[in-house]
Amino acid sequence: MPSISERFAERRSEGRSTLVPYVTSGFPSRSATLDVLAGLAEAGGDVLELGIPFSDPLADGPTIQEATFRALEAGMTVEGTLELLGEFRRESDTPIVLFSYLNPLLRYGLEAFLADAEQAGAQGLLLTDVPTGTDPLVEDAILTSGLDFIRLIAPTTRPERASAIGKTGQGFLYYISRTGVTGAREALAEGLEEEVRALREVVELPVAVGFGISTPEQAALISGVADGVIVGSALIQALDEGGPEGAGAFLATLRSAMDRVANERELS
Amino acid sequence: MVNIMEAKGERFGPYGGRYVPETLISALDELGAAYEEATADSVFCEELDLLLRDYVGRPSPLYHASRLEASVDGAPIFLKREDLNHTGAHKINNTIGQALLARRMGKHRIIAETGAGQHGVATATACALFDLECVVYMGEVDVDRQALNVYRMELLGAEVRPVGSGTRTLKDATNEAIRDWVTNVETTHYIIGSVVGPSPFPRIVRDFQAVIGHEAREQMLERTGALPAAVVACVGGGSNAMGIFHAFREDDGVEFIGVEAAGEGLDSGRHSATLAAGRPGVLHGAMSYLLQDADGQVAPAHSISAGLDYPGVGPEHSYLKDIGRARYASITDKEALAAFHRLSELEGITPALESAHAIAHVLKIAPDYKERGSLLVCLSGRGDKDVDYVARIEEGEHYL
Repeated sequence: MPSISERFAERRSEGRSTLVPYVTSGFPSRSATLDVLAGLAEAGGDVLELGIPFSDPLADGPTIQEATFRALEAGMTVEGTLELLGEFRRESDTPIVLFSYLNPLLRYGLEAFLADAEQAGAQGLLLTDVPTGTDPLVEDAILTSGLDFIRLIAPTTRPERASAIGKTGQGFLYYISRTGVTGAREALAEGLEEEVRALREVVELPVAVGFGISTPEQAALISGVADGVIVGSALIQALDEGGPEGAGAFLATLRSAMDRVANERELS
Repeated sequence: MVNIMEAKGERFGPYGGRYVPETLISALDELGAAYEEATADSVFCEELDLLLRDYVGRPSPLYHASRLEASVDGAPIFLKREDLNHTGAHKINNTIGQALLARRMGKHRIIAETGAGQHGVATATACALFDLECVVYMGEVDVDRQALNVYRMELLGAEVRPVGSGTRTLKDATNEAIRDWVTNVETTHYIIGSVVGPSPFPRIVRDFQAVIGHEAREQMLERTGALPAAVVACVGGGSNAMGIFHAFREDDGVEFIGVEAAGEGLDSGRHSATLAAGRPGVLHGAMSYLLQDADGQVAPAHSISAGLDYPGVGPEHSYLKDIGRARYASITDKEALAAFHRLSELEGITPALESAHAIAHVLKIAPDYKERGSLLVCLSGRGDKDVDYVARIEEGEHYL
């Protein structure tokens, strides 16, 4: 099974960008999530982000909030997500990053969660509400676990801090493309390309960009400057409207737009 | 190596911290620095003091509620009359301070969350005074049960945005305010209304509210020649309680009693007694006691009082509970309603439903304190906002 860094390195050696789709566990239903994950891996998802639903998703916009509430209503839990992951792992070796808020993991027991998540086949963990340096006990437990701790950098993060975060992160760095919550946007933030280029100068880990990326054109543009492209809300919308197949078809359009950029670059 | 520990934030024992999206870290640093600078600046402090005197109406009186006391044959009961402040509650102490701070930081847009609407009104008032744009998030349930305050906020020029997600109360209004702040952090200051949220908010709000206790301590000494045996205040997030407790923190003989909302009873599952029935967790940027289910999902809170209807609590209260410096009792909806009537009838003072919880508890314990000294109660707000809602409940309408 490839690690997250190996997967990024593989894509980089092919001259391609890594595509990271996000879905909420249990949305639109438990059984659908397995089909969704398999379909996304097939449609060109290189690393999959699987969100553990939390009642108060304050970093998320309306689309992922809605998916979260529906998943919770359908009974999805931390334990249920790990079970799903285990089932997916029997069929696929595509790396998985679990995406969560801290509280459900604390309640589960952080050490137990880290062990069980690794056992179930997760490669990474991303926490929306544990910025670097916030809780050394929690952070050390994750950093020394079998999971890569994916750290986030925002446009408001000062350069010295960004560079320090780059040194403690694992797997890849998640660059938040704009101030705000998750959600599809019509336009990318101004100056984004320069910001990503500047960040890549000072960090060694691969940089993937997320928040607001919703069209093949945007994905192509980002893939020209970043190591990875993360897509969440737009994918959830496609999933809501077209089921697992619709989600796969949408992701494939991003994949081919990104690969076209890679081909053009190679030709030139 | 650059120090990235700035994100850790201040803690009260294990509680507090900064459990927020990375995007907010620089704004929290900026706020902390601006606050330190401002409070060290005599011009800022003098302006705040003058506004508290001439605009808010401080010092607020200390009132000896002798008829209330006689009705239970207990210890002397003194009410710290925060209900007499401009806008009718203690909330204005904090919003004036934070609005001055926002102006100093050059932020012209203000957001706030509100439950009962008292903090929303106090924020809208400060924004009118300082000519700041103001957006207040309020759960749909609360928009309905506190309609008068919605109109007051609009009258003051604020935009009230009803929040329809989750439990549609204070918790979700706070989520939405945080989402707004993450989005507009460069231009906007978030005036949080209680001693909750990521560091440095719990300390800033406590310090701006500490004027309550500083005045009350002096007034008690002057009036009775002694410190009170206990200080009692209601606790939702806990800002009026921290505000009145703080000045007595070195007075070991003075007991601190926080009163949470037991709603329909602690066993009913419909309550807001976070410290009595919750366990430590993370919500709205801080580690603190939290009402949650076995999967770590935040449990819906309930209280007849919108201002106490919150599943979290300020981190400093969690710490005071753990070290035994404060104890926390709880009062049901019914008991609070009875106290709402009783104070109105005996003293001609209609308390906010929030404050009625503190009154109800004092009535219970006053006989036990008869030989031990006096009881100081924070009457955090007046009940005008609740009159229509209580009348509807008493006419048999099912409450929210």
